[in-house]
Formats: sequence, C-alpha cells, structure tokens
Amino acid sequence: MRSASVHSASMRSAGLPPRLPSISPVSFTLLVVFGAVFLASVGQVAPAPEKLAAGAPRMAELVGRMLPPNTDPGFLQRMGWRIVETLQIALVGTVFGVILSLPVGWLAARGISPLGVFRQLPRALVSLFRTVPDLVWALLFVSTLGLGAVAGTMTIVVDTIGFCGRFFAEAMEEADMKPQEALHAIGANRVTVLCGAILPDVMPTLINSSLFALEKAVRSSVVLGLVGAGGIGQELKVAFDLFQYRNASAIILAIFAIVLVMELLTDRLRAKFQ
Amino acid sequence: MQPAGMVQPIPAQVIPAQVIRTRGLSKTYPNGQAVFAGVHLDISADQRVALIGSNGAGKSTLLKCLIGLLPSTGGEIMTLGESFSTAPSPAQLRRLRRQIGFVFQNHGLVGRQSVLTNVVQGKLGLPGSWRAFHHAIARREWREEAMQALAEVRLAERAGARADQLSGGQAQRVAIARALIRRPKLMIADEPAASLDPAVGREIMTIFSDLAREHGITLVYTTHDMKHALDYSDRVIALRAGQVHFDLPTAQVRARDMDEVFTHGAFADEGAPDIPAAQGANAGGLLHA
Repeated sequence: MRSASVHSASMRSAGLPPRLPSISPVSFTLLVVFGAVFLASVGQVAPAPEKLAAGAPRMAELVGRMLPPNTDPGFLQRMGWRIVETLQIALVGTVFGVILSLPVGWLAARGISPLGVFRQLPRALVSLFRTVPDLVWALLFVSTLGLGAVAGTMTIVVDTIGFCGRFFAEAMEEADMKPQEALHAIGANRVTVLCGAILPDVMPTLINSSLFALEKAVRSSVVLGLVGAGGIGQELKVAFDLFQYRNASAIILAIFAIVLVMELLTDRLRAKFQ
Repeated sequence: MQPAGMVQPIPAQVIPAQVIRTRGLSKTYPNGQAVFAGVHLDISADQRVALIGSNGAGKSTLLKCLIGLLPSTGGEIMTLGESFSTAPSPAQLRRLRRQIGFVFQNHGLVGRQSVLTNVVQGKLGLPGSWRAFHHAIARREWREEAMQALAEVRLAERAGARADQLSGGQAQRVAIARALIRRPKLMIADEPAASLDPAVGREIMTIFSDLAREHGITLVYTTHDMKHALDYSDRVIALRAGQVHFDLPTAQVRARDMDEVFTHGAFADEGAPDIPAAQGANAGGLLHA
C-alpha cells in the first residue's frame, strides 16, 4: 500500500509526457507560413466547383466527338510510322545518353573521380540537365537544330544524362571498395579499376537505371512533338489544331498502349537483371 | 629469444640476394600514436617469413611500409633493390609493384566477374596490361597463364564460375592465383587465412608455402595464428609493443617466445619453458588449438 502511494507520488512529480512532441518556434513559424501560402494559392489557382461543373458538359461533348477513334487504314499507317519514329527517338536518345552518363557519372563520383574537388563541375552539369524540363530542352534544340526528330533525340540524350549521370555516380560511390583496393595495390590505373572492378560490381544498378531512363524517354518522346521535336506528339498537336478529335483519340490510345507495353517490358527486364 | 631492442641485424654482405632491408624504420600516425620504431630487418631471397604479433601490434602497417603502400615516418627501406625513406617515388612504386604479388585477408575479388577474369586481372599494372581487366579481351598467353595458375591452386575447373559463388577458401586460392600470375619475386600476404576455418586455413597456408618454395618466391605473411607461423615459415619475426621482439629461424623459436608475444605468460605458467615451439606444439597440441 505504502509502495503504491510512493509510486503514485513519483508519477505526479514526473508528470505525463505530452501527447505530441513539442515544436520549436522556428518550425511553428515555417508551418504557419506554409499554410498561408497554400491557402492563398488555392484561392488563385485551384478550380472553383462552379467552373468544374460548367466544364463537365463541354468535356462530355469533346469525348463524344472523339469517339469512335479513327481506324482509317491510311491514317493508321501514318500514325504507325510516327510511333516508330517516337520509339527511335527514345531508343537512340537513351542509348547515347546512357553511354555518355558513364564517364560523366565516373567524373562526378565522390572518392572515385580523378577530378578531385573539381568533380563538382560534372555534378553541376548533371544537375542542370536534370532540373531544366525536357520540353524546355526540346524548344532549345528545335530553335538550334530545326524541327524534327533530331531535336527530339538530342532532348532525350540530355534528359538521360541528367537522370542516369546522378544515379550512376551514386552507384559507383557505393561500389565494393575491397576489389578496387586490391587492383590499386598492384598498380592498376583508374580506368582499368573502373572497367575491371567498379562497373561489374554496380552493373545491376546501371541496368536498372538505364531501363528506367528508357521508360522515361518513351513517355517524354510522345510529348516532344507538341513543340515540334518529332514523334507521335506532333501528330497529336496537328489533330487538335485541326479539330480532328477522332484522330486525337486514336493517337491517345496508341500512346497509352506504347507506354503500357514499355513499362511491362522494362519491368520484366529489371526483374531479369536483379 | 632476443629481448626487445636487442635484435642483432645480419650484416648485408653475408646475405645472398637481399629482398628487404630496413634500418631504424619507424611509423607514427598523424595523431602522434607510435606504431613501431627502430625496426631493423634483413630478409633474403627465397625465405618464407612469418610476421607475428597480437592484434594492433603493427604487422599490417609494417608490411605496407615495406612495399611503399604506406609512408613510414623514419628510417631507411630497401625493397627489391629500391631504396627509399618514408615513401618510394612514383617510378620506384611502379617498379616495386611489378615484382610483388599481394594477397589480402579479404581476398578482394570482383564478385560479379568470373574466376578467370579475376586471375587475369593480376596482370593489371604491368606494362601494356590495360586489356587485362577482362579475360575476354586479354592476350591469349595471359589467359593461358591464368589457367596454369588456377591449376596450381587446384581450381582450374571453376574458371568459368562467378567469384561470388566460391567458398572462402576457394576465393583465397583464386587470390593466390591472381598474385602468382604476376610472376612475383616477393609475395606479400596480410593475414591470408584469418577469416577461414582451421582446416581451410591450413590448406591455404600449405598452398602458399609450397608454391613459394616451388617458384622461388620470397614470402612474407602476417598472422596471429601460432601454428601458421611455425608450420609454414623458415623464419619468424615477432612484433610486440612497437619493437621487434624476436627475429629467429623457425626451428629456434621457443614456446616461451611465442607465449610472450601472444598470451602474456599463460603458457609459461604451465611449465613449458624452453622447448622449441614447433616441437612443443606438435607434442602437446597447445599451439594447434
């Protein structure tokens, strides 16, 4: 009994811990600022319910004009060639991008790069490639190289370096050091250590990242045509510009099929190379 | 036994084909911690030398200093004809590496490469060796040499297997083959059997010892296993408290000497005073445990 009262007194003196962790003044201020910015933004850019309600009949009308999708053989043949061009842009752009990402990733990797502190330069380049959206790169290449698939391919190359360069560098940094040390000890140079020890060790990660890059490139390449960089997107833009909505629905279905097939394919390949 | 600081260096003129020679070698870490000091060593060609000491005695550091992989902080080193203090020049280091085979406690194999590729990679660092990073593009004679080296460690039938599919003992045998393919004059092995079970460890040490003798390679290995030190060497050098505690032909090493290095007197309490260590170990089995 006495023991129970002692325990109870001890609990009172210690007090119950708070249900929620305490928040610092700085965190509280940031939270309030974030909330205010969000609420102000909702008022300016979020769709009003009445606007959504007014748009619904127009959407239904548009969908009605899109059906049934155009299955005219001449149109399907033209669309087929555009799909082939889209896949070519994605494939060629990804392969060149992956190849260029290998040296870029190596030069940017901490502890491996021969550039020492200057490895920040390739890192900055990769960041630039990654942070500028692909449509902006497409606009730049259309301006410099002209309309067409070449601009699209260059866009995918740059986009892939931005994506793979970072992942390749991180994978190389995490490669097993023991084989590298063993080869350095016998006098192997940096390039042969890269080819003989680092790349074989990180190959599953490289393949995985490359397949993600290919999947991403296919998704990108279907919209690059909207700014004139070739591929099926160009056909989609023409269809909307000329109010050929049945053509547009056929192209949208084709894009859906391409992306779906590519995802299934890359998923299976990734599983194989794990 | 020779007490610390009373090592009698062998005069250079009586040593045939000296491979390693140090005078007053010392190593202190940047934080001021001394690893060893005043080390005099003379190792001649074809010797098999066990470098022993308890954990942290500085065996591996000494080994790396001897071959220029770590800079020393004082004294003189002459290894395979290259004389240097602190660290060798880049040209000296290149020449040294060409004549030395390395085997590490962790074999350092590339797990996702084939056994044959790992052995061919032993040629890296030699002149014109850039193609040796993969057996598929390596010179034909190097592939044949690699197969020969694998046959010598009895692993030729696993040449096509991936290195990460090998057992610890097999991986260490591949590491030995990788060192052998360099046709080294000096083989350096840092605790080559430390991570293996006793039976496999003995097998690895036997292969090491036999191949070194057969090819006329000077073998210097570190170990904290008394049996490995006594059974596979011609000479034992013991480090204790940063000094060469003794440096003796293996046959002259006494159980008490080993005991002082490893067990701080426990063996002496059991009344095994001055019998040769190898004999004592074989008779009583105490050192084999």
